[in-house]
Amino acid sequence: MANTTTVSPGIAPGTALEQDDKPLHRVIFVALALLLIAAPFALYPVFIMKVLCFALFASAFNVLFGYVGLLSFGHAAFFGLASYVAAYTAKFWGVTPELAILLGTAAGAALGLAFGAIAIRRQGIYFAMITLALAQMVYFFSVQRPDFTNGEDGIQAIPRGHLFGIFDLSNDMTLYWTVLVIFFAGTLLMHRLVHSPFGQVLQAVRDNEGRAISLGYRVQRYKLVAFVVSAAVAALAGATKAIIFQVATLVDVHWSMSGEPILMALVGGVGTIFGPLVGAAVITTLQNYLVSAGSWVTVIQGLIFIFCVLIFRAGIVGTVAHRIRRGL
Amino acid sequence: MLTDLIGIPIQALAGQLLLGLINGSFYAMLSLGLAIIFGLLHIINFTHGAQYTMGAFAAWIGMTYFGVNYWWALILVPLVVGLIGVAIERLMLVRIRDIAPLYGLLLTFGLALVIQGLFRHYFGASGLRYPIPPLLSSGSNLGFMFLPHYRAWVLVASIVVCLATWLVIERTRIGATLRAAQENPGLVEAFGIHVPRLITITYGTGVALAAFAGVLAAPIYSVQPQMGADLLIVVFAVVVIGGMGSILGSILTGLGLGLIEGLTKVFYPEASSVIIFVIMILVLMVKPEGLFGRAH
Amino acid sequence: MAEPAASAMRSAPDAEPMLAVRGLNAFYGESHVLHGMEFDVSRGEVITLLGRNGAGKTTTLRAIIGQLRNRRGSIRFGGVETIGLPARRIARLGIGYVPEERGIFASLSVLENLHLPPAVGPSAMSDDEIFELFPNLRERLDSQGTKLSGGEQQMLAIARILRAGSRFLLLDEPTEGLAPVIIEQISRTIRILKERGYTIVLVEQNFRFASSVADRHYVVEQGRVVDMVDAGVLEQNLGKLQKYLGI
Repeated sequence: MANTTTVSPGIAPGTALEQDDKPLHRVIFVALALLLIAAPFALYPVFIMKVLCFALFASAFNVLFGYVGLLSFGHAAFFGLASYVAAYTAKFWGVTPELAILLGTAAGAALGLAFGAIAIRRQGIYFAMITLALAQMVYFFSVQRPDFTNGEDGIQAIPRGHLFGIFDLSNDMTLYWTVLVIFFAGTLLMHRLVHSPFGQVLQAVRDNEGRAISLGYRVQRYKLVAFVVSAAVAALAGATKAIIFQVATLVDVHWSMSGEPILMALVGGVGTIFGPLVGAAVITTLQNYLVSAGSWVTVIQGLIFIFCVLIFRAGIVGTVAHRIRRGL
Repeated sequence: MLTDLIGIPIQALAGQLLLGLINGSFYAMLSLGLAIIFGLLHIINFTHGAQYTMGAFAAWIGMTYFGVNYWWALILVPLVVGLIGVAIERLMLVRIRDIAPLYGLLLTFGLALVIQGLFRHYFGASGLRYPIPPLLSSGSNLGFMFLPHYRAWVLVASIVVCLATWLVIERTRIGATLRAAQENPGLVEAFGIHVPRLITITYGTGVALAAFAGVLAAPIYSVQPQMGADLLIVVFAVVVIGGMGSILGSILTGLGLGLIEGLTKVFYPEASSVIIFVIMILVLMVKPEGLFGRAH
Repeated sequence: MAEPAASAMRSAPDAEPMLAVRGLNAFYGESHVLHGMEFDVSRGEVITLLGRNGAGKTTTLRAIIGQLRNRRGSIRFGGVETIGLPARRIARLGIGYVPEERGIFASLSVLENLHLPPAVGPSAMSDDEIFELFPNLRERLDSQGTKLSGGEQQMLAIARILRAGSRFLLLDEPTEGLAPVIIEQISRTIRILKERGYTIVLVEQNFRFASSVADRHYVVEQGRVVDMVDAGVLEQNLGKLQKYLGI
């Protein structure tokens, strides 16, 4: 069956998944798995784990923006809160790392439920401003409650602990395999979500909310579920990050952290499954190179934003998808 | 004589209320500019905070390197920063006019990062001091409170600027053209009016307003790269609370929320940094389109 | 089928027509709405574009004034090719446009609506002349534009382009939704304007109204002119026209 999908204006390319894209996606996922299994033998594992965390974070943002049309400027709240919760429980309650990550994720999901219920009352730019403002509350809370967040210093020297009480995660390679599993679980979950009947409804909402409502869909419910899933995956990324780097700080909840997944999704391709992964790899690598450049990192990130919006809106994967006329 | 109110000294209360009103006047000026820009361009100008920062830095640079005093800065800085805004509109915003407004948010966010990063690189993050102009450096004892003259000036100047802006939009010919273009730009163009130029002027004016606020702020807040970004997020909440449908609504919402914030500082200081966000949540639950917004 | 070019020759043998539309194609997004419109309008004429809903009459006006940018072919106005010009430049050549639904601005008062269009020609009417033509408007100047009745809004829409000095008017369904008395008033206004030498292109569904004011009628079907009927031979062609319009 020939793929006859044409990209209609206003819709990010590569979002329409035809039946025959599924084998392609399977191939890409397998190739990605093989690549990531080989990668730690060639690259610094902690660096790859950082990429994987941010890939998950960016994918979480992208599910909302790319597939539901909701631009969240407040995902740092879920990422940061989960980071704090995982850090706190692992360090002060001494829970095992998988439990710490689970608790962080649950906290992020709960916060996502509360924030989502408020934010979905508006659309478009208002939604963006509301999520930003809500996230700033979490930031102020974190500043004002040093008993929980340890203020400016943040929670440091978090024990990585033993997975299930058995596997010692202070070994980078053991931790790497754990993070890899988390990464694939999160990414495949979102892939399933987007391409399920549920995801089709979300995209219908994005393309024409009025029509979706008139077809009888309870649009607000769909948006809320998508928001909670997105928040939970962002939280999963934040909690995992806390365990990997053994630190949770105010940086994780600051508004500039909300800009990171946006930039990554934009560079990789909004509304594509693989775009945020590519975007996270590109931006994280760039940050690694520019680590000594100080304020220029901000300037360069800003310039990339401008470049992407003005002349590269489809992003890397979106452009490839358009070329090969497939949904990626 | 009544010197305290349910345990709060009148002095402290009046002082906080004044601070609240001053913060509120900045909310008003910035949300007014955002609303004007949004009305015609349909984008949220995320660079607004950075342009306010630019205003403060431009005043500082003018004084430090060129000997431009405060009063000249108050006139020149909005002009210069407004012209930079014009360039931004002509070079960038004009290119995204036909695509989703959310991309305007992303573009202006990127611009804000660039501006903020540049200031941090060249001036550091610690903050610069800008002196209060000598004419206003003293204060008056009003009996129930001490009123620093500069703060009184900020309040008066910002309210005058807000009301003047409102008058221009509601009562003049150019204002009528602007309102018509907000409603139906295509038809306004079909009457022979240069709508793209109107859009450019509108953006430049909104930016100039932010820069004016920045100059006013320079002597009372520390001049530092982050000053606009932190303020802008609160202003976003103000805009959500007020809705962007009404100019006068933006002004009143800004001042009112500043006042409430000041009161919170007196009665429940722990909540003062989040009170506006809490009000935003309440408004969203009761009247999602905002106090002065139009449901659509 | 009539030959539009020939008809133009017949109506204005000695000069280039005021408006000459040739091979006009126009598009809304992907959909191709006008397929080679051709017609002429001479100075001082009142012509109508008749046709069923969706035939492309409104689109033709929008293409002439330049509100619809996606257009090809040739539209010459007063000897100037306007196909590549933005709407504001076309309006400045002296074309006044009253859109469908009249386009009165809700956030502007009646006076502001009236004063909105800048002068586009030397023969701008003064406010007094306007109020002579439309006495109702004088009492309502401070009202919100859209608080006027439909008829008054239509008068305001015409008044504001007259005040700007346009001598060439594009009127899109000026009688839509109006009471017969008001329609009679508008018809009178159009005859007065015609006497004063204005040139008018009317889009109409109301055939009776159209026949009471127009010199010629162009019949539009599926985005092109398929016939032209002179007012003088209207009676003989009534049957044909009714078939075109489906009445």
